[in-house]
Amino acid sequence: MTDTVAIVELKQIRKSYGEGTPVVTEVLHGIDLAIAEGEFAALTGPSGSGKSTLLNLIGLLEHASSGQLLINGQDTSDMTDAQLTALRGRTIGFIFQFHHLLPGFSALENVMLPSIIDSGWSTARAQDEAMRLLTQVGLKDAAHKRPAQLSGGMQQRVAIARALALSPRLILADEPTGNLDTHSANDIFELLESVNREQQSACLIVTHDPALAARCQRQIQIVDGQLV
Amino acid sequence: MTSPVSRLPFALMVCLRYLREGRMQTVLILAGVTGGVAVIIFLTTLISQLQASIIDKTLGSQAHIVLKAPQAVNHTTLPPEQTAAIIQPRAQRLQSIDQWSAIAKLAEQTPGVLAVSPMLSGAGFATRADARQAISMMGVDAQAYQRIVRMEKYLKVGRFDVSGTHAVIGVELAKDLGVTVGDKIRLVTMDGRDDLFSITGIFDIGNRDLNRRWVYTSVKVAQTLLDLSGGITQIDLRVANLFDAENIARPLQAQTGLSVDSWMQTNAQLLSALKSQSVSNNLIRAFVTVIVAVGIASVLVVSVVQKQKEIGILRAMGASPRRIMSVFLLQGGFYGLIGSALGSALSLGLLKFFSKITRNADGSALVSPDLDMSVVLSTCAMALAVGLLAAALPARRAARLDPVQAIRV
Repeated sequence: MTDTVAIVELKQIRKSYGEGTPVVTEVLHGIDLAIAEGEFAALTGPSGSGKSTLLNLIGLLEHASSGQLLINGQDTSDMTDAQLTALRGRTIGFIFQFHHLLPGFSALENVMLPSIIDSGWSTARAQDEAMRLLTQVGLKDAAHKRPAQLSGGMQQRVAIARALALSPRLILADEPTGNLDTHSANDIFELLESVNREQQSACLIVTHDPALAARCQRQIQIVDGQLV
Repeated sequence: MTSPVSRLPFALMVCLRYLREGRMQTVLILAGVTGGVAVIIFLTTLISQLQASIIDKTLGSQAHIVLKAPQAVNHTTLPPEQTAAIIQPRAQRLQSIDQWSAIAKLAEQTPGVLAVSPMLSGAGFATRADARQAISMMGVDAQAYQRIVRMEKYLKVGRFDVSGTHAVIGVELAKDLGVTVGDKIRLVTMDGRDDLFSITGIFDIGNRDLNRRWVYTSVKVAQTLLDLSGGITQIDLRVANLFDAENIARPLQAQTGLSVDSWMQTNAQLLSALKSQSVSNNLIRAFVTVIVAVGIASVLVVSVVQKQKEIGILRAMGASPRRIMSVFLLQGGFYGLIGSALGSALSLGLLKFFSKITRNADGSALVSPDLDMSVVLSTCAMALAVGLLAAALPARRAARLDPVQAIRV
């Protein structure tokens, strides 16, 4: 790994909850982790091991209690909220277990959202790119449908298209197939694999499914807040 | 086909979508704002029209400010040491205002004064055959007087011509004496001076007593009959801003030493009634505004709670807290803007309806169906401000939501 560029580097990351109160719970105990550009990794571990917390930290949605987190070589420790938000928008794409698409917007508009929030893209450009991504995930014909009009598998594919909107260098997926049947889960996983192959976006996928984990390049196991 | 909403800036796009998603909420709160704005505009317009009407009816036939010679008082030397004394008030003789011409000029040049009419009045009788009525002879310059009181409004028959030995009398006096335009009456003053006058006009000033007592003649004739050669007993003034009358009267009194009364003193009860009306209108407006603000705020608070997860997702996608705040502020602004547009239209409808169904005693419209644009604009501006202010707290809450917690909901 020494001659590949790390997209994410964690150095002695600790995370505690309840700081400042009598009951402090440390959830992550000194995590050291590096994820290379283009790496396709699974993050596995029992419930309550800290998988989601680790994912949220890497995704800059939460702050570590101590340690260093570098995204694309940039130290995030001293960044302001605005800087973190901007970095998150540019560099990281999120896929959640429940698709979390905005119900009032069409599939196309959902995919456009990350582009028009803060990137300065024109709406026309965002629309064209969103259409391209929906085509990539096989949903060109469903572009103007609302999430409620789509199946679970289709909704998750829209979510993946949305995560890809700004060509992120890192895709974080928290149980992306957890809510789907086997067939749809397989489709989604294959889609993620192809994105990883074609765009060289690193993927870190939290999954309970050992079969899916086995298909990843690398398996990162976390137990009781520590990597094993 | 892409919806035109997709082409809007992010915050506006999300705002409009949220409003459409919560259609019922949007319609209900819009109805509230519309109703509130309509009530405020309608009531304010109605009350100011009615007030203007009352003022016109009461003060239309009066001067706003009247300058008179000060009352004659007894100068006494009191007996020494504690002695109680009863001082009889002095009987008032007809007296002219000293240097009235200079004072009239001073009044003319006073800012806020629109018209000046020097006149004199004194007691007398009007007779025709056996009929005899006590009157108040009013010697006026027709042109100057009509700038104070628009006599053409009150004339029932004839014209306001007091030249030579022409006189203009009220309807009640005409009835009492059994005369009409063209007939002659005799006017006799307390000194016994008299002359024959030809009636050129008959007025109805809306007050029976005045219709019975006032008889208009020229200044010159009145001066002769009242034995006040070259004299003027009062100067009437009309001001631009009615409610400024006291502020103009007091300095004039100080400058001239005359007795200066504004309508606000002589009609103190009317003034008090008008003020009470304004106070109650302002109270209604304040309460309606508060209720509308609370309505908007509560709807948006609920909206923020309902949209927590979406807010978390938007934040995860890179939306800054400021952007999230804009979404909800825009919603508040939308309620204020659209609500005030609809409310203005509704208030116009209410006014038109009200003006049709309410009439004066004489059948004329009590209320005009025209909106006062300054009232409309100020109410709409206030509604917009209220919408934004009411949205501020929920918007801040939305902006401060922790994305991770919000998504977990």
